[in-house]
Amino acid sequence: MNGVEDITIIGVGQTAIEREKPADTFADMAYEAVTKALDDAGMSIDDIDNIVTTSNDFWDGRTISSMAVNDAVGAGLGKNITTVEGDGTFSAFYGMCRILSGSYKNSLIVTHVKGSISDNIHITNGIFDPIYMRPIGLDSLNTAALQMRRYMAKYGISEEQCAKVSVKNHANALKNPYAQIKKTFTLEDVMDSRLIADPLKLLDCSPISDGAAAVIISGEESAKKHKNAVKVRGVGYCADAYFLGDRDLADANALDMAASRAYESAEIVDPLSEIDVAEVYDAFSYMELMWYEGLGFCAPGGGGKLIDRGVTEMDGKLPVNPSGGLLSGHPVITGGLIRLIEACLQVRGDAGDHQVKGVKTALAHGVNGACGQSHCVWIVGR
Amino acid sequence: MAKEKTAIVATGQTHHRSSRLDVNGIELIHEAVTRCLEDGELTIDDIDAVVIGNMDHFEGINYVDTWSIDGSGAFMKPIIKVTTGGTTGSTVGHCGYHLVASGMFDKVLAIGWEKNSESDTTAAITTAFDPIWDRLVFAGAISGLAVEAMAYMVKYGATEKDAARVAVRDRKHATNNPYAQLRKEVSIEDVMNSPMLSDPIKLLDVCPRTDGACAVVFASEQYAEKICDRPAWIHGISAKHPYNYLGDYDWEDRLPSMQMASKELYAKAGIKEPLKEIDVMELYLPYSCAGLSWIEALGLCGPGQAPKLLWDGVTDMGGELPINPSGGVIATNCIGATALLRISEAAVQVMGRGGKRQVPDVNTALASGFGGCFWSDVTLLKSTKPK
Amino acid sequence: MAQKQQDQELLQYESRIKVPYTWSVGEVGSRFLMELKENRKIWATRCPSCDMVFVPPKKTCTYCFSDIHEWVEVKDEGVLQTFTVVRYETPLIPGKPPYIIGIIMLDGADTGLVHLIAGVPHDKVKVGMRVKAVFEEKRKGHILDINHFKPI
Repeated sequence: MNGVEDITIIGVGQTAIEREKPADTFADMAYEAVTKALDDAGMSIDDIDNIVTTSNDFWDGRTISSMAVNDAVGAGLGKNITTVEGDGTFSAFYGMCRILSGSYKNSLIVTHVKGSISDNIHITNGIFDPIYMRPIGLDSLNTAALQMRRYMAKYGISEEQCAKVSVKNHANALKNPYAQIKKTFTLEDVMDSRLIADPLKLLDCSPISDGAAAVIISGEESAKKHKNAVKVRGVGYCADAYFLGDRDLADANALDMAASRAYESAEIVDPLSEIDVAEVYDAFSYMELMWYEGLGFCAPGGGGKLIDRGVTEMDGKLPVNPSGGLLSGHPVITGGLIRLIEACLQVRGDAGDHQVKGVKTALAHGVNGACGQSHCVWIVGR
Repeated sequence: MAKEKTAIVATGQTHHRSSRLDVNGIELIHEAVTRCLEDGELTIDDIDAVVIGNMDHFEGINYVDTWSIDGSGAFMKPIIKVTTGGTTGSTVGHCGYHLVASGMFDKVLAIGWEKNSESDTTAAITTAFDPIWDRLVFAGAISGLAVEAMAYMVKYGATEKDAARVAVRDRKHATNNPYAQLRKEVSIEDVMNSPMLSDPIKLLDVCPRTDGACAVVFASEQYAEKICDRPAWIHGISAKHPYNYLGDYDWEDRLPSMQMASKELYAKAGIKEPLKEIDVMELYLPYSCAGLSWIEALGLCGPGQAPKLLWDGVTDMGGELPINPSGGVIATNCIGATALLRISEAAVQVMGRGGKRQVPDVNTALASGFGGCFWSDVTLLKSTKPK
Repeated sequence: MAQKQQDQELLQYESRIKVPYTWSVGEVGSRFLMELKENRKIWATRCPSCDMVFVPPKKTCTYCFSDIHEWVEVKDEGVLQTFTVVRYETPLIPGKPPYIIGIIMLDGADTGLVHLIAGVPHDKVKVGMRVKAVFEEKRKGHILDINHFKPI
């Protein structure tokens, strides 16, 4: 168990996810998320002894992007601070380790991004190797399309099966007050939406978003009795090969490995039966199906049948993305931390209108890199 | 106290150069990683997790953690990227320490790297500052340091010659370090006569731009002594990043973040007289005058007394507390690696593997990192296990 | 913090980061690109431990971390593993959409090469079809010395 049984998440906060937040600076967004998390935990900034900010210099248009939010999260008070660049699930893991190491008692994890202020194509082209891949014009959309086609071809998955994810998650978002897109879409709407890069259509893609989120992780004995206390039961993360041609894009091997580590710690052997709700990184519709497989909810290639059978619907055996997921609002960097926040709210019974009944164990998932190269999986519970 | 006692058990670095056209960034990283694994007689299979850091805009690579897999060896392993500007290397080192001390992993590979030849360093650093308030009026790193030097000199009566003494020391020490980029002794006159960059900073007062990488393995108590006969145990760390706008910085005080960080570190480690109790320091001194005011911030002497310490030779090889036996940052500055090199070099001193640059009988070593908006990180290493 | 007053005009400041880059290709990559330029040939490296043949070539093995020294020539044709017809305009490559990007497993290689596909109607591209490199007449040691791959 590596000691994670002593770790609880006692405060969560997120801003509304919006297409654009013209009135807010990075610091404003971060401050809002931090203040909400502190209120949620019933704490003040004085109770926080260390901070992990999370940002990306490319999205922010600023090297040392943490400088933009440090003041707003308490670094000016002389607290020990560090910055993870990547998804918030990874920075939360580091925040947890800083407690487990004995160095600190309460970690504040903060993430922010403003997708609205720059250009997605240029920024995601920067993920790819400058010599061999950037000149081909790769970005997050056309490489996702390459992966979707490969996944469909290898396992006989249909575009309709992928589209069902979009229909499901958009329907779920109607009940999430933080979601950006709150609109009902039918299967036909998704199938008929504008082609972006075959076979990827507009409604298979998550939107561009602004947003911030924060969580407070505690190692204090007293935190276990906190009204919001959600126990961490397992975390795992893992990265696959970098060059797109170095791996079979149809398979989520790194997710499989990350999940195995989290499940081992949480003593989960049959995830489909033992997990009550999952919030996964559905940056594109097809990805959710691939992640079902990587997370062991079904065998490789079984993602299509799982959605066909309604297993992951709100009333299914294992509801996935009751919040509406990233398809309903995708602040990069913040995306995975919101999954973790939603998982915690589900365990607490505080998810409001999108609450799944009787949640004891919840899964949250974050991703770094193109086509799901690096994954982080959290299991939280009562 | 730490859940798992943690030590540095292996280190590796590239031979640093102003430009390495023979390798791309991934291959440069691989060089440092391979040397580090060899130093510990390890293979990549022994590594449980990897942490990596650099500054994105120096190479223009987004998501360096996922990009670097072929160099870092993190294929099908956990990898995380941390970055905080100039302090990136110490941030990486501290992350490596925490990941092992947490009990989550037994052996963690920490990597800092930069290929500064690939971009315009000043243009990239300028983007660190607030785009609306600071960026338009405050270019690059040197101007900020020059303002700080001027304030110190005016307040305490230190001179440009005093500062030059620091550059002379570090550049001399670098001749003992086979990995250093600049390995040429200079005189006080050479420094004083070198071209003025930004008053009072002259060319030989400042660090170069470097292509280089550094890798370090952190290991838990269970493995540390099996891998290394004299591991460098981590006894404390501190990271203080209290300023974010240049106008907020207290230019007249001597690096307040370093005062905060060292005070916290000394309290954790029970150090009362740093000058006496610490055997060697590897400090992130990007320019000469920092070697005066910042060692005051570290509590080695009172305000304005650093020049005397320098001229008395206290911080030279053979002195009471040698600083930068490696030649430091003035000799080598691959930015994302620089502060990790300080930790690595401090570990090398504790391990007794310094060769010509070894200080005799090192039991306690301190490493520092500097960056962002006058931020400081410190790390204390010892030859003895923490209690 | 932000005063979101209704009557407050909200300003946005437009800027652009201008940092020029010169990326090192390295010894291994330089040889690969020079072979494209001078001989219209595609060379790969083979891992001595696990036998994987990498295109583009690697100095060290992704899968087993060994140093690689052996070069092997691979064919300039292979099988299309996946593709997409990109429908939106991008500032990254010249020309108007739609254009096709694919991953090609060249004969003799074990890893796929990401490249452009052309010379075929968009509705006739199929996963599994064989394609061949079309070289530029004027080459400069660049991945786009192969202009695109076309179906055989």
